[in-house]
Amino acid sequence: MEAKKEQLIVSVSPHIKSDETTSRIMWTVSLALMPAMLSGLYFFGPKALFITLLCIVSSIGFEQLYMKIVDKKSPVGDGSAFLTGLLLGMNMPSSLWSFSPFTAHVPVVASFVAIVITKQLFGGLGFNVFNPALIGRAFALISWPKAMTVWNEPTAAFLAMDAKTSATPLGVLKEEGIAKLLEIFGDKVSLYQHLLTGNRAGSIGETSAIALLIGGIFLLAKRYISWHIPVSFLGTAALMAWIFGGKGALFTGDPIVHLISGGMMLGAWFMATDYVTSPTIKKGQLLFGAGCGFLTMLIRLKGGFPEGVMFAILIMNCLSPLIDRSFRSKVFGVVSQSKPKEAK
Amino acid sequence: MGLATFVRGIHPPDKKTLAASSPITEVKPSKIIVIPLSQHAGAPCKPVVSIGQEVKKGEIIGEPGGFVSAPVHASVSGKVIAIAEFPNAMGRMVNSVVIENDFKEEWTALKDNPDYMGLSSDELKEKIKAAGIVGMGGAAFPTSVKLSPPKEKPIDAVVINGAECEPYLTADYRLMLEKPSEIVEGLKILMKALNVSRGIIGIENNKPDAVAKMKEAAEGEKGIEVIACEVKYPQGAEKMLIKAVLGREVPPRGLPMDVGVVVQNVGTALAVFEAARYGKPLIERVVTVTGEGIKDPKNLMARVGSKLSDLIEASGGLKDGAAKVVAGGPMMGFAVSTLDIPVTKGTSGILVMTEAEITHAEEFGPCMRCGRCVDACAMGLMPFMLSILSEIGRYEEAKEYNLFDCFECGACTYVCPAKRPIVQLVRLSKSMVKP
Repeated sequence: MEAKKEQLIVSVSPHIKSDETTSRIMWTVSLALMPAMLSGLYFFGPKALFITLLCIVSSIGFEQLYMKIVDKKSPVGDGSAFLTGLLLGMNMPSSLWSFSPFTAHVPVVASFVAIVITKQLFGGLGFNVFNPALIGRAFALISWPKAMTVWNEPTAAFLAMDAKTSATPLGVLKEEGIAKLLEIFGDKVSLYQHLLTGNRAGSIGETSAIALLIGGIFLLAKRYISWHIPVSFLGTAALMAWIFGGKGALFTGDPIVHLISGGMMLGAWFMATDYVTSPTIKKGQLLFGAGCGFLTMLIRLKGGFPEGVMFAILIMNCLSPLIDRSFRSKVFGVVSQSKPKEAK
Repeated sequence: MGLATFVRGIHPPDKKTLAASSPITEVKPSKIIVIPLSQHAGAPCKPVVSIGQEVKKGEIIGEPGGFVSAPVHASVSGKVIAIAEFPNAMGRMVNSVVIENDFKEEWTALKDNPDYMGLSSDELKEKIKAAGIVGMGGAAFPTSVKLSPPKEKPIDAVVINGAECEPYLTADYRLMLEKPSEIVEGLKILMKALNVSRGIIGIENNKPDAVAKMKEAAEGEKGIEVIACEVKYPQGAEKMLIKAVLGREVPPRGLPMDVGVVVQNVGTALAVFEAARYGKPLIERVVTVTGEGIKDPKNLMARVGSKLSDLIEASGGLKDGAAKVVAGGPMMGFAVSTLDIPVTKGTSGILVMTEAEITHAEEFGPCMRCGRCVDACAMGLMPFMLSILSEIGRYEEAKEYNLFDCFECGACTYVCPAKRPIVQLVRLSKSMVKP
């Protein structure tokens, strides 16, 4: 026992810690994305897999490389570069793989922008202002607008490498209206079915509302995210779609179509809920989510793009620090409103 | 309706089964007893004995050095062989009286008071003060001070803290099982001393048998109520317990007396009873010796001034792989560098952890602002901001985030996925700025 005494470990309390870790969070969120990813693979085939893998491998590679150059310990084990790559891939059209002229380098460049410019140059994990995957995608969309907006028609024929292309439901809605959309899909029920299952044109991981909802509810149940952002995001968007989404008269829009099309589900459950780039205090999260929903619908209904989720979240990202400064938690014992006695 | 509790908080595994079933047994004091003259919050005591002097058990050896202070008594009979500085559990050097135990166990003359409830409020307070009683939950705040609130702070309730929300610890639990009526008597004495008619005993509901025992003991006592609280850390923090059992919120930086309450731990209540009834000073206490690294976890009645190593030996000794020894509980206790440290009035437990249980904190990640710490903080603070501001040296700004409302319960640090040493950073900030 004499020898033991000299070896006692001394550290500051608390002496026990939960087994939650940053990397476990990252891998669990990645796991929660798997239903949507698998759905993407089912509908868009191996091209979807190639694009996503390319994003993941480049994201991890660029992070490694950057860490080597600045001589810091590689944090790849924390899983955050994997998650960024995965999200980026799920936000890309599978058509990139077979687009002509050649565009398979787009995922690589987007990964570089996401990891090196958006995340590491701002100080690395925890310090980035913007969601890295979304900046990566925004960069790609602006730099290769044509290639990033050509969508493969979903096909369960797994190996069909040269699938036909088509517009996304939101694209149709924007250009030709709900009537055309119903004409394409037959009727409302069939339209909803296609949108829910993911059997429609769109980015690899955004199409299946059900698969994304499963992942989102899983994260909610595991308490990895709280309801505040998704609910205020989707609720505001639905409200806006209902009020302003109809042709002509107010209150005639179809909120469901808007909720389950485009990147709404992926954005509300997985992109807007990113810890680093969203507010920390719940009240702030409600405002943040509502802002995302509002801006998304503003862009969808009045803007030049058929889809607005990405820009909406990015705009709200830069408001996050401001929101975080404006909302404080309620400190125990502070009596709200009324001034203390001595202030008489 | 749910159980009484507060908002937020955490649920660490409580690990109380390790020692819960072990009845309180006495550990014999060893040859050399080191009694620190500062075992309490406030001014250290001045020694009133000299080297070579024979002392009896219970004899005063240090007198209070100020209003916020408490006298210290010899816990054994024997000879004073040194008065010098020795390390305490916090690693500080504290002036201490060293007594060579003569094993005669001779008590100094104590005044028996069978009719202690007939004493006046002031007489009771005087007895409690003379017995050197301090809060035995860990903070060791002198009880006599809590019993002398300023006139403009009227007290209307005494709350006995039986929450024992620190994982592993079972000292208060065993006391409630084994000495329930003494604790209730202690509460009655405290109520009389403060001249209040309302007494509440708050107990976390993971101790249903203790709740039942205390209810039985308090039956028929006017104004005394036993309340079961939700099992949640830090339920035993004064402010949280008051919120749970009375629904009152102590204002920021305030004290329980600001909402008319005095809180005392169950061990303190017992000491109060023994002081009023037998005139017995506080020279021993129950210490839970527990953890995965201890062979035979126990609840020991130990003399103040016994070494941690004596208690560990009495509990079967350390297991192989024992790597960390904590004085107190795992959430707020102090890791010690040596076992040659005396048990004091505030030592509620000795926790021995194994290498496998310890998370080495040399490396921690950046804050992702996930908000888990905010959801954990019972005080409603934003611990992540405190940690970030402290890390970059912006200590003054930390004050805007209510730095000094943090009582370092450790809940934020427990839940942090990046393993950030938030409590440590908070302490750094606190040491760098004035409140």
